[in-house]
Amino acid sequence: MSKKITLVKYSAISAVVLFAASALAEPVADKLVIDDELEMMTRVAPPEGHPLSEIISGWHYRTPETRALEADSFQNPGMLGVELGEEFWNKVEGTAGKSCASCHDDAATSMKGVGAGYPKWHEKTGRPINLELQINQCRVENMGAEAYKFDKGGQKPLTAYIKHQSLGMPVKLNLEEGDMETWLEKGKDMYYKRTGQLNLSCASCHEKNNGKYIRADHLSQGNVNGFPTYRLKQGTLISTHNRFRGCIRDTRAEFPKAFSDPLMALELYVTWRGTGLSVETPGVRQ
Amino acid sequence: MAAKPRIKVPKTAAAGDVITIKTLISHKMESGQRKDKKTGNLIPRKIINKFNCEFNGNTVFGCDIDPAISANPFLEFSAKVTESGTFTFVWTDDDGTTTEASKDITVS
Repeated sequence: MSKKITLVKYSAISAVVLFAASALAEPVADKLVIDDELEMMTRVAPPEGHPLSEIISGWHYRTPETRALEADSFQNPGMLGVELGEEFWNKVEGTAGKSCASCHDDAATSMKGVGAGYPKWHEKTGRPINLELQINQCRVENMGAEAYKFDKGGQKPLTAYIKHQSLGMPVKLNLEEGDMETWLEKGKDMYYKRTGQLNLSCASCHEKNNGKYIRADHLSQGNVNGFPTYRLKQGTLISTHNRFRGCIRDTRAEFPKAFSDPLMALELYVTWRGTGLSVETPGVRQ
Repeated sequence: MAAKPRIKVPKTAAAGDVITIKTLISHKMESGQRKDKKTGNLIPRKIINKFNCEFNGNTVFGCDIDPAISANPFLEFSAKVTESGTFTFVWTDDDGTTTEASKDITVS
């Protein structure tokens, strides 16, 4: 009998502790304005069929110092990557003797809004492709250069540079082309499927428990509008698929290869979950 | 490391103004305390250990930097300007190489 009473007491205490923790861990109310000029949409109403009542950028879940880093494009260390990306944009490579700029000229005009619409349907391969694969395709077919290997060479800086041209524009996917709806469903299945020794799905943390702490980490909704994003932990730009793999690894599951069908479907679905948020590339996170 | 530093200095100022200068340089800042995962050996220290800023030949701001400073060090400081001139910036690496840059300011 006395054991039972203790148990009740303990659960009452833990309930209080949990409540206190969640009350402190809400995403902060603040506005992200880049360089006091460009106001970003970081809290938006979800599209139809979205499981959350409000879509919130991961920026709201970070500390004041980290948030300030992103708000000043000079201090944002991710901008070093973007500047490096500009060099790759103008770098002549391959047998055709061309750079990205040879065909696309000034990225500030030609790439404006482009990054906000990926992943896109790719007719030739019959699957959605992201910006990284689009760059690779351009390199192979038009430049006669080698495709970048995952996270190698100019892949991350160039992706960041191109996506940065859409800074502030809302994420918007075209789901009408090809088989995008089927792939979105595939991605959704992956998002809700529990996996790994810890038996966690993406939704376990980022849908059911966002705003709370998992050990010392403040869980966000896991939106990808800031990718490639600068993570202070790694001190460099981190690509979407690298983060996916890291997250899946943390559930102690085997993780799929970058750009494989499962991760591409997941990128499509997770990007869709962030519909309407401003492109923040390069975001700054913990 | 052939890093291109980023520097922010106002182009113009009034005499006697206190201006804010911001600098950011791309550098790995290897602390010397990490181990190579494959071999288990320490990765040798390689950081920027000194920064100096001069205005028309006079030191405005300088500092020694230690291994606890994170990658891509960002430094922000103030200076009072009384005349037009040039700010020069020098970052010194552990291996002795330096990265230099300069910015002009017009004071009226």
